[in-house]
Amino acid sequence: MEHHLQTQLKREDIEKLNAGDVVYISGEILTARDEAHARILEMKEKGEKLPFSLEGAVIYHCGPLMQQTESGWKVISAGPTTSGRMSKMTPSLLKFYEVRAIIGKGGMKGIASAFENRCVYLAYTGGCAALAAELIKEVKTVHWLDLGMPEAVWVLRVEEFGPLIVGIDSKGKDIFAEVRERAEKVLEKLQG
Amino acid sequence: MSPKINRETFIRSIADLLRKAEIELPADVENALRKAEAVEESKVAKSQLQAILKNIGLARKYGVPMCQDTGIMIFFAELGTEFRPGFDLEAAIKEAVVLASSEIPLRPNAVDPLTRKNSGNNTGVGIPDIHWKLVPGNKLKITAAPKGAGSENMSSLRMFNPTESGSIRNFVLETVVNAGGMPCPPLTIGVGIGGSSDAASRLAKEALLERLDTPVDGLERDILEAVNALGIGCMGLGGSTTALAVHVKTAYCHTASLPVAVNIQCWANRHASVVFGGDE
Repeated sequence: MEHHLQTQLKREDIEKLNAGDVVYISGEILTARDEAHARILEMKEKGEKLPFSLEGAVIYHCGPLMQQTESGWKVISAGPTTSGRMSKMTPSLLKFYEVRAIIGKGGMKGIASAFENRCVYLAYTGGCAALAAELIKEVKTVHWLDLGMPEAVWVLRVEEFGPLIVGIDSKGKDIFAEVRERAEKVLEKLQG
Repeated sequence: MSPKINRETFIRSIADLLRKAEIELPADVENALRKAEAVEESKVAKSQLQAILKNIGLARKYGVPMCQDTGIMIFFAELGTEFRPGFDLEAAIKEAVVLASSEIPLRPNAVDPLTRKNSGNNTGVGIPDIHWKLVPGNKLKITAAPKGAGSENMSSLRMFNPTESGSIRNFVLETVVNAGGMPCPPLTIGVGIGGSSDAASRLAKEALLERLDTPVDGLERDILEAVNALGIGCMGLGGSTTALAVHVKTAYCHTASLPVAVNIQCWANRHASVVFGGDE
């Protein structure tokens, strides 16, 4: 199945997505990687308000290469980073905020249950930075630039951003885990 | 005697070489990806391979790096004993890296290993990493092979007992299963067997530069077939092509040892070469 979604995402939007489906997203997405995740959770603990809304949000695991021009920020390259590094912080993030989709690469091991009834994990093709840059139409704004260019939260307007593969759906089905289990079985057999 | 080369021209050529390596995949690598896309039966894996091919086309069209991880700067140099540049080649290559970093641009990736301080220009102690080989003749061949971290982090080394050569295939398979989708498959897998711990690692990395369209047999084919039977597929989402190629390089080793290194390369098997000097 192929789906074309518009942000912000509602629970109904993601409930119809099944692991293995193809998704294209249009609208607004926010980049966040290690440092941004840590700060979001820190502020939550202190009871502080975030400078952006995560209501129905799409988070993109990405540390982009940006260039400042006279007319504003320009995306040079913006492919996905390895999501595994955010696995520890993601269950808390999904508990406190209504994030509806996370885009990244490589999957998120062992936390499929945190996605149940809340969120989906969308796999974007690793290394496809030129393609991603082409689909990002505008850099709307940037938060927390003090964390450095790759770690800041960039608010991007995208059009038909994809193809994204539903890696973990809101029923908790995890393709990466299934592929891994199968590969381990084949390996066992080959080792005889 | 080879004709003298100009330092400025040399720096320009190396910066252009890096641009080429970052923007254009070698034809044999791109062809291998096209072939993988054509035979793939999993719809998901096919969509990922199509995205990769589209990305390769866009990088070429716009002249931008194909991946945002523009890598750590690695060069392989074959220096003819009769080649006389008349200037410090290593310093000139370093200067070319700084130039390429700002003009392409490249993401600044080189950091101090302990303080993690970034130099901002892809150079530092030991970086660029240049491997010199002395060869007969009056030419200098330089290959740029910028390497991303996602794949390099999945590489491994094991010192086997001399009688365990039958376990080499399984060691490669374990490395690939542990890596899963993280190193951005379809992979090129370099295997270095023999030498010593460092020589085996070097051989494994050099093996990545071998052409992907040469027929393989024996151990290489055996490993490749087993790797693709794992079904990890493009990006770890399942599929028939987990690796495009496996290349093995060997060297004699101590009778009491059997070093084996596996170097994992992502789909973006980037490298480009240039030759200076010669008879012309």
